[in-house]
Amino acid sequence: MEWSAYTALELGTAIKEGALSPAQAVQAGLDAAGRHTHLNSFITLAGTRALERAQQLRPGGAGAESPLYGVPMGVKDNICTKGIKTTCASMILGDFAPPYDAAAVERLNQAGAVCLGKLNMDEFAMGSTTETSYYGPVRNPWDPGRVPGGSSGGAAAAVAAGEIWYAIGSDTGGSIRQPAAFCGVTGMKPTYGAVSRYGLIAYASSLDQVGPIARSAADCAAVLDVIAGRDRRDSTSLEYAGPLLPRLTGEVRGMRIGLPGQCFGDGLNKEVRAAVLAAAEILKSRGARVEEFSMPMLDYGVPAYYIIACAEASSNLARFDGVKYGWRAEGCQDLTELYTKTRTQGFGPEVKRRILLGTFVLSAGYYDAYYKKALQAKALIKSAFDLAFQTYDLLLTPVTPTTAPKLGETLSDPLQMYLSDVYTVPVNLAGLPGLSMPCGFDSRGLPIGAQLIGPLLGDLPVLNAAHAFQLETDYHRRMPKGGDAL
Amino acid sequence: MKIAQEIVDYVSALSRLSLPEGEKAAMQRELEKILQYMDVLEGLDTAGVEPMSHVIPLENIMREDRVMPSQDRGELLAGAPVPDQEAFLTPKSVE
Repeated sequence: MEWSAYTALELGTAIKEGALSPAQAVQAGLDAAGRHTHLNSFITLAGTRALERAQQLRPGGAGAESPLYGVPMGVKDNICTKGIKTTCASMILGDFAPPYDAAAVERLNQAGAVCLGKLNMDEFAMGSTTETSYYGPVRNPWDPGRVPGGSSGGAAAAVAAGEIWYAIGSDTGGSIRQPAAFCGVTGMKPTYGAVSRYGLIAYASSLDQVGPIARSAADCAAVLDVIAGRDRRDSTSLEYAGPLLPRLTGEVRGMRIGLPGQCFGDGLNKEVRAAVLAAAEILKSRGARVEEFSMPMLDYGVPAYYIIACAEASSNLARFDGVKYGWRAEGCQDLTELYTKTRTQGFGPEVKRRILLGTFVLSAGYYDAYYKKALQAKALIKSAFDLAFQTYDLLLTPVTPTTAPKLGETLSDPLQMYLSDVYTVPVNLAGLPGLSMPCGFDSRGLPIGAQLIGPLLGDLPVLNAAHAFQLETDYHRRMPKGGDAL
Repeated sequence: MKIAQEIVDYVSALSRLSLPEGEKAAMQRELEKILQYMDVLEGLDTAGVEPMSHVIPLENIMREDRVMPSQDRGELLAGAPVPDQEAFLTPKSVE
């Protein structure tokens, strides 16, 4: 088996056993990245730096007890890395190299992670296809004519293509889970507050969460064991009840799993429905109890999400004004002109659209009808989930209504793109843990994802059910056509 | 919800964005279409529902007022487009 087909934990074991050195692992990743430049998964490939770092790692060194010691990984380009360019895939950040690491990066470094580079994404994580990147679109390793999903499209594509063994991304409305589904890998948005957002460049702070993308649920658990936990620099971060990895038993006997009927209705592609229902059957065969129920509040997720996310974005992105970091427009006579020119030229169309939408829903006269109403809908969605979790331990839904669309197919119609987030955004509104796992392929050979949703702080049962599924199936082990030889 | 051109101009000014004339009409149509869709929320009965900003109830946590190391000024200024030794430089803002 090629190294690129290993899971992160398997590669970590191989490194521990001396089957390969961290530097050889880095070289294997760089070789794979070199073969797949057409995927455009990296904005910055930090190969030399990664090799130097890998050569410093020694058996028994600091962090060597981590099962991911020496395993090469990638970081989404909206997560700060000290001294490595962090662009949010936007022109406005220019060549900005942060003077500090994000909390999650700091913890991974302490555990012996080796960062191969910064991963492409939708500009400021706004998009569902990774086509809004200033650095060009990412292509899906399963079919380069199709999108990898978004906004963590570079992360999902790079893991699927075997360039890195895991990635950390961010998920505001599905940005980890949806690209994981389109690329046939596993991605998890943990409970809101599980991972510190310090150093994550904010999109919508009440919804943003950092999480892992990797081949398997066990890999995701191992990454979370490193990055989760309270951090004084993020006052919403929570105490960590880990570790998760040693508690993944794959035991789901007696687990009650609910299938919300609203997620299996019109608009869901038949092949996706069949694959997700088949996943439910597999969990059933391991002893879970599965039943359908109704959750009508889910229909209000997309409008509530886009109002809240855009409102927060309009405020958060006010800091990009050509003064403190990044790029500045030339030839401005006064401060207002400097702000306006820099922002007008520096932001792409989707970012402008969301800033304008957010400014509108917060403006006098419209606040009550849109923003306040959306916050009330959020409260009702949260209550609906609370009620569901009185009966069920977990919920199972599709991740996306279809498999990956072709490049350019949805970009022309923003509303259509927003609607495709229907199954993922309610999870962010309610702050819940949600995981996307590969559960089959459509007739074109494109991956299909199933989503497991747990109650607040129910990250362990979510990962455990996914682990149980992955003990029975090998969808997460499949490599894009021709494996490494794309 | 109908979006008049004046509203697009107004929120653009608030956002410090200046859309070129050629992009304004398209943005107006798109915003209108998106906001029309969001009007489905009107059908939701929210009487008496408290707006929710954060899902996890947070309490203020007090800590001792201690001096902690922060970022180095020079390192922070290094990322700015036009800094000098101690400040961000901008065009004159007060006459």
